[in-house]
Amino acid sequence: MTTDFQLPAIDYQAISPLLILFGVACLGVLVEAFVPRPARRRVQLGMALVGVLAALGAVVLLAGTNVVTAGGSVTVDGPALFMQGALLAFGVVALLLIGERRVEPGGAFVAQPAITVGSEADQRQASAPGATEVFPLAMFSLGGMALFIAASDLLTMFIALELLSLPLYLMCALARRHRLISQEAAVKYFLLGAYASGFFLFGVVLAYGYAGSVDLAAIHAAVDTSQMNPALLYAALALIVMGLLFKTAAAPFHVWAPDVYQGAPTPITAFMAACTKVAAFGALLRVTYVAFERLAWDWLPVIGVIAVLTMLVGAVLAVTQTDLKRLLAYSSIANAGFVLVGVLAVGRTGASSAMFYLVAYGFAVLGAFAVISLVRDREGETTHLSRWAGLGRRSPLVAGVFTVVMLALAGIPLTGGFTAKFAVFSAALEVGEGWLVIAGVVSSVIIAFPYLRVVVMMWLSEPSESTATMVAPGLLTGTALGIGALAVVGLGVVPGPVLDLAHDAALFLR
Amino acid sequence: MSELSEASGLLGYVWLLVAIPAASAAVLLLAGRRADRWGHLLGCASVGAAFLLGLGMFGQLADLDEHRRAVEQQLWTFLAVGDLRVDFGLLFDPLAAVFVLLITGVGFLIHVYAVGYLAHAPHDQTHESAGTARRRFFGYFNLFVAAMLVLVLGNNYLLLYVGWEGVGLASYLLIAFWFSRPAAATAGKKAFLMNRVGDAGFILAIFLLFAQVGTVQFSGVFAGVAGMSSTVLLVLGLLLLLGATGKSGQFPLQAWLPDAMEGPTPVSALIHAATMVTAGVYLIARSHPIFSANLTLQTVVVSVGAATLLIGAIIGCAKDDIKRVLAWSTVSQIGYMFLAVGLGGVAYALGLIHLLAHGFFKAGLFLGAGSVMRGMDDQVDIRRFGGLWRFLPITWATFGLAWLAIIGIPPLSGFFSKDPIIAAAFDRPGWTGWLFGGAALLGAGLTAFYMTRLFVLTFHGPKRWTEGQRPHESPPVMTIPLILLAVGTVAAGWLMSTSVVDWLTPVFGEAPEPHGLLSHGQVTALTMAVVVIGGVGGWAMFRNGTALAPAPAGPVVTAARANLYGDAVNAALFEKPGRWLTRALVYVDNKGIDGIVNGLAAAVGGGSARIRRLQTGFVRSYAMSMLLGALLIVGAFVAVQAGWFA
Repeated sequence: MTTDFQLPAIDYQAISPLLILFGVACLGVLVEAFVPRPARRRVQLGMALVGVLAALGAVVLLAGTNVVTAGGSVTVDGPALFMQGALLAFGVVALLLIGERRVEPGGAFVAQPAITVGSEADQRQASAPGATEVFPLAMFSLGGMALFIAASDLLTMFIALELLSLPLYLMCALARRHRLISQEAAVKYFLLGAYASGFFLFGVVLAYGYAGSVDLAAIHAAVDTSQMNPALLYAALALIVMGLLFKTAAAPFHVWAPDVYQGAPTPITAFMAACTKVAAFGALLRVTYVAFERLAWDWLPVIGVIAVLTMLVGAVLAVTQTDLKRLLAYSSIANAGFVLVGVLAVGRTGASSAMFYLVAYGFAVLGAFAVISLVRDREGETTHLSRWAGLGRRSPLVAGVFTVVMLALAGIPLTGGFTAKFAVFSAALEVGEGWLVIAGVVSSVIIAFPYLRVVVMMWLSEPSESTATMVAPGLLTGTALGIGALAVVGLGVVPGPVLDLAHDAALFLR
Repeated sequence: MSELSEASGLLGYVWLLVAIPAASAAVLLLAGRRADRWGHLLGCASVGAAFLLGLGMFGQLADLDEHRRAVEQQLWTFLAVGDLRVDFGLLFDPLAAVFVLLITGVGFLIHVYAVGYLAHAPHDQTHESAGTARRRFFGYFNLFVAAMLVLVLGNNYLLLYVGWEGVGLASYLLIAFWFSRPAAATAGKKAFLMNRVGDAGFILAIFLLFAQVGTVQFSGVFAGVAGMSSTVLLVLGLLLLLGATGKSGQFPLQAWLPDAMEGPTPVSALIHAATMVTAGVYLIARSHPIFSANLTLQTVVVSVGAATLLIGAIIGCAKDDIKRVLAWSTVSQIGYMFLAVGLGGVAYALGLIHLLAHGFFKAGLFLGAGSVMRGMDDQVDIRRFGGLWRFLPITWATFGLAWLAIIGIPPLSGFFSKDPIIAAAFDRPGWTGWLFGGAALLGAGLTAFYMTRLFVLTFHGPKRWTEGQRPHESPPVMTIPLILLAVGTVAAGWLMSTSVVDWLTPVFGEAPEPHGLLSHGQVTALTMAVVVIGGVGGWAMFRNGTALAPAPAGPVVTAARANLYGDAVNAALFEKPGRWLTRALVYVDNKGIDGIVNGLAAAVGGGSARIRRLQTGFVRSYAMSMLLGALLIVGAFVAVQAGWFA
């Protein structure tokens, strides 16, 4: 046998966003090594922002592209580009939060969180500028997410999954304040993430066993032609979907979310809530719509039950939360359920409504975490609900932004949250999945209550001794807040353009 | 539906009706302290401007041909999801015009009154300055008006829902405005919860509409009604009705409304009289093709109306808090409106006439109550009033006119609006006519009784004040709105009973010939008799005050004794059974409905707390739950594949 190994043809232009992201990430590692410490943060932040914006520009330029490239491992199509665009837009906002260091002197991160708190080494560390490693880590993670959405075979998808996850685990552990729960969160996330990856990989193996390929389109073709026992295929589907549902924080694979959301440094929580959600749903949409579409009638009821469970668990548990980060974690679980409703409306409308939902949710949740990072006392952030009582009196503008965001999450009309919920529910109705709509409406009624309770706490109670102070947002956080609030209101009042964009983009290339 | 006309002239600017108060609300809420000094003036001016604009548009609309009296204005595409396309479009037709004038007209008067009321209201509980509180208050107020205008001007159900939620949100903020009182915050919460139950019904109805006819625009929906099965119509109507009962405080969701009385008085007035509670009536009137198409549905609406009007009236007899009596009377009066719109046909217009008349006299009553409270150091217990007519002459006169109007004394508006409703209820064929007519008649008698009780105990009889009170009349900024509302109360009924029916004919259709059990004259005579019995009875029982009054002294001891016998007889025959019934209703109301609501909340909360324990924090138990989940999913898929579910 001769070795006529041929390099696959690569459409470099189509994967230019990925190249930019990974290139900047690698450069970031070099910057860590060679640029003197005082200048590092500025260089890293600037490079990361420019990189993400450039990648976003490349995505915009690629609009309308439909190619499978890099040896059939990357698909650049409408959904991939739309969700990469959303991902990168969220990435910009998240980087602004990560880069903020006026709010917490030195920034929210330390390079060596393992140093004993209060020791001499720790005090030296406290006066030094925070960890700049977080920027290349975030870039690697973003690159992994962008690849995750566009991966057109299961192995590439698995590599992207690891690529996006490993930096996330690390970043979870880098908190300057509340280090113990930060590290606990990182370890939990890592262990459970690795566990879920195992399931995913096992699913990939079974899929290969059935179809003889890990290519999504090949699996699609094999559904009708393969001679293997279909139980293989169904087990593969179940395990792959499970691995992806873990990342979306859908019940019963949501257990990690509250602990990790609470423990991680707030900018990283924001990053996870907005970006990871987009990436995970991007991959889930691609797997279910491209590889397993012919089985839709079989997976619809099963994932439907998961969606209902997710919405209800998230909504019901959110009611008793007293910590805002945990509350938003349960809200993120419930919202995963709402997106699933869109995913389950198999078809163009379903995909576009789910994608729109991700955009609306991402901006809202980024805005919410931006505000949380501002509410502090001497111990750092104060996320207990009781400490927020009367904040509206103290800082009406920021509290106003938080109110808008909460109303959006509660799905009040004229905010992006309402439009998004309406979109997924009507998409589900269009394909006759009325039971999902009823469960969704009931859950959204329940979950409106905890959001509104926060609003009431902020505006309608008196500030007291224990009320935390609102730190004036710096330029970076201020910009992030502004983007979040404007997007939430814009998507509620004039959602037309983004809805159209999502609709135009919502055709998967097989 | 009548045909659409070209939106020309002023009618091309329908959007301004919403935009003016909305812009003013934005300025007031965002401008910060800079707007403290003039914020309230801007708030009043914006609603006044919207009223003038509405009046001009009303005039233009009236000039149009009778069958083309409606204009539509598409602003932008609000939502386009799959096959569904919803425009942000406004519809200005006779029905919307009536509501616009009511909302902005009465709303303007209430705004003006609120300036005077807030100048006096206590601010000491807040750390912020009085100016800031006032600015915020007027900001919420304008937001409320803007949302209400979106509600009545939207040309599709989704926009109606947008306004619906906006009104709910603003009222929630307004009710809880006096945040330092725990009761106010609880009331806000209750209002919110009960409204959410109604809202869930409404939004499900919208989705059902979308699933059935593929559009939520009024014209498209009503065109599609003919093609719906009766089951679908019934479910759709019941869901809409659930939304309407939540918003309008109707049975079985009436409990939040009296609690909402904790807000400052002008809010109570605005929420009750002009706007929020009438949203439910508007929804049913707007959806009349749906409700008219199903007889069962109409019967349900009529039953809800009849039950509520009696519940409200009976409980109204037993309350001593001036605002609560008025609140229950609102529940009861809206019951009349539901009864009317449930009867269908021309009775829709009757319901709306009653709504308009009620808008005037109930605003007058609430604002009058605020004026009394202001003069009596925020006392609300009617047993602690008495003899006030001498000290608050303007309030007494305007309140008296509104009182005569609500009980339905002939030259005043209540007579012209309530009497035809009772007649129309008797017009229903068969035994239901007797049942609902009888209920409406009984309600009229009870209304006369408890409103007379309220009026007599407040303004007449011996003084039962607490020590050191010096009642005084309110300043002109409060009394002038009262006088204007009283003028409206006197004039409006007759005006509306003649012209509004004609005005609304293109919306609801022509009046059929009455074919009732009793002639209109007989019904009027009966109603008058019942009202006089109730009113005179109330006056006789309470002209000497109640339990808090000093024992009657003076020469006519025997007469007093006779009165006492009367009281005893009354107590034995009417009061005790009445009190039992009232208590039972209050019990059901507090325990039953609240019990269900609280129980639901407790179930969610308790379930939440229980499931929360699963969140142990141990990675091993998390991993276990994931494994179980994975096994279940794999099992489910394998089962599906093996066809076990097929």
